[in-house]
Amino acid sequence: MRIYAFLGGMWGLIIIGGGLAVTVLGPLDLGAYSINAVVKGGVAILLVILWVFILVRLTRYIFK
Amino acid sequence: MTADFLTIIVGGCISFGIVYGITPPLISILNKKNMHVPDVNKKDNIMVARPGGPAILAGIVGGIIALYLGTGQLAVLATVPTIVMACIIGYVDDLKVMPGWFKPALLVVAAIPLVLFGQYSTDLEFPLFGTVNIPILYIGVILVMMPIMGNTVNSIDVMNGVASGYMIIAGVAVAIILALLGRWEAFGLCIILVAASLAFYKYHRMPSRIFPGDSGVLVLGVTYGCVAIYGGVEVVAAVALLPAIANSFFFLYSVRRIVEHRQIKRSPVYRDDDMILHDTGDPQAPITLVRLILRQGPLSEGGVVRQILKLSVFAAILAIISGIMMMI
Repeated sequence: MRIYAFLGGMWGLIIIGGGLAVTVLGPLDLGAYSINAVVKGGVAILLVILWVFILVRLTRYIFK
Repeated sequence: MTADFLTIIVGGCISFGIVYGITPPLISILNKKNMHVPDVNKKDNIMVARPGGPAILAGIVGGIIALYLGTGQLAVLATVPTIVMACIIGYVDDLKVMPGWFKPALLVVAAIPLVLFGQYSTDLEFPLFGTVNIPILYIGVILVMMPIMGNTVNSIDVMNGVASGYMIIAGVAVAIILALLGRWEAFGLCIILVAASLAFYKYHRMPSRIFPGDSGVLVLGVTYGCVAIYGGVEVVAAVALLPAIANSFFFLYSVRRIVEHRQIKRSPVYRDDDMILHDTGDPQAPITLVRLILRQGPLSEGGVVRQILKLSVFAAILAIISGIMMMI
């Protein structure tokens, strides 16, 4: 059951992460095309790092 | 739509027929050339032919060509160079043990034709929240996605029939969503993948007569990635692959570096005299999905395979829910 709970948690994180990506990355517009791409890339990487960080916490919590 | 649907059926049948027909002679050829490996989960270490990648590749490419001839969609054909390169990379790794970075790095290169053909949408669709347009960043998504998909499917290829069985379940879930979204060319590509996996499963299921090898699992994984990109269902495809992603995550979390499974010295599981699998309980050994399953108690190989496939059905249901949430 713990593995199922972990998969459910991963799924929830994907949905929430998607929401963050759409609300943060979507409206982000810094004018110049290249600057926009670099900043969006940076924000996306930060979101992925945050996602992995929370997943590690979730792993420790579920599997102790 | 009738013609398109007929093309999809023909593509699927060709893919199934080629893999189903080619695999038995391939098994004979591989056995004659001593290209076989011991099945470590069987008594007396029975030898099993490897790799089945060329048969899977032939089936998928045959199906794609049929789909292209029927639809005229260049995007379908654009996936072929990437899939062929993935098979070659895997085949090299089947013949010679390569370092851990080899497959991920070269799969990035294999993804380049997909980027160059440009047959994809740069909108990333998320369930509930809608889409985000990331024109340049999406190229990075493609380049990262191919190694992740290929290696994730590779990491789950641990026992008889798991990789092919897993791809059938995940592929069906993605195909359902593509059909609901009306993305018929990507649906056709997904059906070709499911058909090839289904045909190969006949020989790969327990007791295996052939193993897919790295060439086979990379073809399956990369084709799955192509379906996700071409169909614009990246998130749904990732959700369907969650148990395999979790397996890779546990492994990386415990080992903390990219290495081949065969380079790991301490085993997370052991087999008793009756070939029943147990968790070693070794804190230095990597954490894997199989080890977590065995924490509940010892199981036979068939029992572990059933547990993994049950997890994949659970993930497939989550993927279908995610796809339906994309339509809200």
